[in-house]
Formats: sequence, structure tokens, C-alpha cells
Amino acid sequence: MRKVAVVGVGQTVFSGAQSRSNTELFSEAAMEALNEANLKNKDVQALLVGTVLTDFEECQQIANTYISENLGLPHVPTNTYDGACASSSVAIIDAFIWIASGMYDIVLVGGMEKVASMGTHLATQTYTMYADRYYDYPSGITFPGMFAMLANLYAKKYNIPIEILKEQMALISVKAHKFGALNPKAHLQRELTVEKVFRSPMVCQPLNVYDCCPFSDGGAAIVMTSEDIARKLTDKPVFITGFGQASAGTFVSQQEYLPHFITRQISSAKAYKMAGIKPLDIDVCELHDSFSISEILAVEGLGFFDYGTGGAASARGETIHGGKVVINPSGGLKAKGHPVGATGAAQVYEIFRQLRGESGATQVDNARIGLTDAMGASGNINCNIVLERGW
Amino acid sequence: MGDKLGVKEYRLALRENKLQGLKCKACGFVTAPPRLACRHCGATDSEIVQLSGKGKIATFTSIFIPPESHRGQTPYLVVVVELAEGPWIMGNIQGADPNKATLDLIGKSVHMDNNLIPDDKKPPEDISPMFVLDS
Repeated sequence: MRKVAVVGVGQTVFSGAQSRSNTELFSEAAMEALNEANLKNKDVQALLVGTVLTDFEECQQIANTYISENLGLPHVPTNTYDGACASSSVAIIDAFIWIASGMYDIVLVGGMEKVASMGTHLATQTYTMYADRYYDYPSGITFPGMFAMLANLYAKKYNIPIEILKEQMALISVKAHKFGALNPKAHLQRELTVEKVFRSPMVCQPLNVYDCCPFSDGGAAIVMTSEDIARKLTDKPVFITGFGQASAGTFVSQQEYLPHFITRQISSAKAYKMAGIKPLDIDVCELHDSFSISEILAVEGLGFFDYGTGGAASARGETIHGGKVVINPSGGLKAKGHPVGATGAAQVYEIFRQLRGESGATQVDNARIGLTDAMGASGNINCNIVLERGW
Repeated sequence: MGDKLGVKEYRLALRENKLQGLKCKACGFVTAPPRLACRHCGATDSEIVQLSGKGKIATFTSIFIPPESHRGQTPYLVVVVELAEGPWIMGNIQGADPNKATLDLIGKSVHMDNNLIPDDKKPPEDISPMFVLDS
């Protein structure tokens, strides 16, 4: 198996509803990534695109083929990946296997979405379609509703008064916005206060609007290649040294593990083992903070903190610079934004910049090992990717 | 085979206030909602069993921003119930105020009563278990 590197990354500014098409959003990110990698469109041998709702967003299917045409890729094979919020992470893992096997040398991977362009009601409806259509959906459950139920379950299980948990969750949103305000590509570049979180409208008890990530438009892309080519292209290749992926079904079928997720447990364990690292070897992590409670579940599920202690650890400052591990310096889904298909690639974008020391105000000192964590729906899919400096 | 209790059969039973599951012939585990393979051991030979519809609330939320399908019905409660037979089921609950729901709901005993929904209010296809707090 060949080693696989990331040699260029690109991301659009994540935003609210905007006029550019999904093809244009992806292409902007792709050109940035190709330029950074010192590659031309003709060098690309395959295009793997994570995206989930182009049909609802703009009455468009197989957008990946129009992206390929738009970018002038030479009739390369191209696939679309639907892994819900983990779509481009799934695509990146597939690209790894394609390159590691020796079948392909240079693969362009990423994702895009125009969720904000759908408006809140249609977007909420389409997200609900990721619940089981026959056994969950008829109850009127929503995507945030699933995580609201996990927050209540978590509070009960770990005997944390809901008022305390709500404050811990609000502080996570405050932290995300603090980082987001420093990220010129973030959707929400403004700071937040606990009071503002509490005053924002209730979405589903106990989650207020500012406990939830926004609906965003945007694209992200990366260029992946083999070690030998990477070393010719750049002095600073970033290697993918481990990954894991796992799946589960209905929310209720995960009852044995909830409020934590068996898929994250399996996926991260595989990624750590493959990379030969332990959780606390990680300097910087971009994880799935779709909701404030999601980050608490993730920092515990990934092994950074014991179960039931993640909220308190975050409140103590353990997840920012100077703490145990820096979590979501990009602002995460919460503040950077969450154009679903783009999110997994955008996580790699941030880790790549951090490992190269190019993250400006949010740079983690001497970051050598980074992790991404992407979850599709409510534990249905989990992908973890370990990235390390190649120099 | 497990698929003898399909979506259609499961829903028709729910309309008659009957909650059905599949009992694994290999290990005895009850899988509900129905799945071809036993959730515990993966075996695919099972029989349809009638479930009591009784259980305890495992978790809940009150929905204030709904999907299109539930516009105009907010706020409403969604609950996950741990059935006496073991499995968790997602459904709704009557008799609890969605504006005043607290963690005290968790652990409360409930029973299913889909007869509470008048026939003319039941959608033709989509139906969800409706629970009531035990008095």
C-alpha cells in the first residue's frame, strides 16, 4: 500500500444563501487547491465529490459531471458520495484507497452544498429525510431534535442539571464563534455571549438557535496524491496516516451506546490504530459540532475526556490554545458554517493549514498531528482521518 | 425470514393499536422496529410477536421548529420509549405539556394508545406510536 498525501487545499468563504451554483462553488475551491499543489486540470485523474442535496437546492443531479466539465478535467471517472454531513470525508477515504492501491496517482476530492439557499423550512425538511423514513420520521422528529434528545439523555445519565449542561453547551458555541470571528472564510464571523445563546429562540428543547450550526452555502476541495509525486510537488506534504469509517442505522437501534455513538468509537479506534497514535498525541482536531451537545459527545467519544466530563473540560479551557487539545480552531460547523457536502473537506483544509503553520491568529504552536471527525446524520456514519506533517 | 413484518404490516398493526416486533429464533432477542436481521446476533430467522406497548421514557424533546410535515402543530413532544420487552421505539406522547417538559419525564411509565388519534386524523400512511403517561 502506497502512502497518500494531501498537497493542496481550497475553500470558498462559507456563507448564507448566495447566487453561485454548486458547480461554481466546488470549482472555486478546486482551483485554489490545484494552484497550491502546482498542478493543472489535465493532471487530475479522478474527481470524487461529496454532496447530498443538489436536487433540492437547484434541481440538479450528477453535478459532479458538470464540475468535471467546468474544470476541464480530461473525461476522468467521477463519483458522488452521500454520507450526509460526512460526505466529503467518505470521498477522501475512498480517494486514499484509490491512490494507495496504485490505480490512481492524482485525485481531486471535495464537496459543496447550497443548504442556505433552500431556506429554513425546506432545509429542515431535507435534513429530516436523513432519519429513518418509516420508523422515525412520522413522529415529526427533526435533525436537531435527535441531538436534543441526546442532550436530555446525557444530562440524565451523567446526573448533570440541565441548567449546568445548557451553560456548558452555550460556552462551546461562544468558543466556536470566537474562533469563527478570526477565520476570514467563516460563515459567522462574529462573537457570541452565553446570554445571547439563552435568549435565542428555542429550536427543540434544550437546544436554542445558537446551539445549532447554521445552514450554509459553500465548497471545499483538496488534492491527494502518492508519496513520490507529493515529494516532487512540495516540501511540505501532509500525509493521511490513518482513517476509520463505520455505519449504524436508526437512532433507536443505537440504544445500547447512546448518548455516545458506536460508529465514532469504531471509526476513531481504527484511525488511531492505523496511524499508531493515541488520542492525546493529537495537537489539533476539527470535529463534528453540528450542535453544541455534539461537541461534548465528540470530545468524549474521541477519547480526549472521560464520559460525562467533556462540557466541564471545555468550560475550563481544555479545548483551546494552552489546553489539552485545540478543538475546531476554524470555528467548526457552528461558526465556520456547514455546507453539508463541503464540511469533511473543509475540516482537512483547516488541519492542513495548521500542520503547515499557516493558520494565522488561530495557529496551534508546532502542530504535528491533526484529526478530523465527521458524522453523518445521528451516528449513522462516522469518519475519522489522521493527518501528519510529512517533513 | 424477518421481512414478513414489513413497513406495511407494521403500520397496519399500529393503526389498530398493536405494536409488533420480531423475536429472533436463534437468541430470543426482540427487534423493533422490524429488521430482517436480529439486532443482537444477526440471525435472519424470526417470528412476529405482539409487544405490550408498555415501557418507560428513555428520552424526549419538544419540537418548536418543525419539518414541513408538522408545520402548524408546534410545539409537540417526541419521545423514545424503552419497551418492557427491551427495544427502544420513537413516538409521540399525549398528556404531557411540551412547553413544560423537564428531565423528570425520563423514566416515567407509559403505555401506547394509538386509539387516541381519531381515525379521520390518522394520515393514510405515516403513523407513529402514540404513548400516554400511566396514571
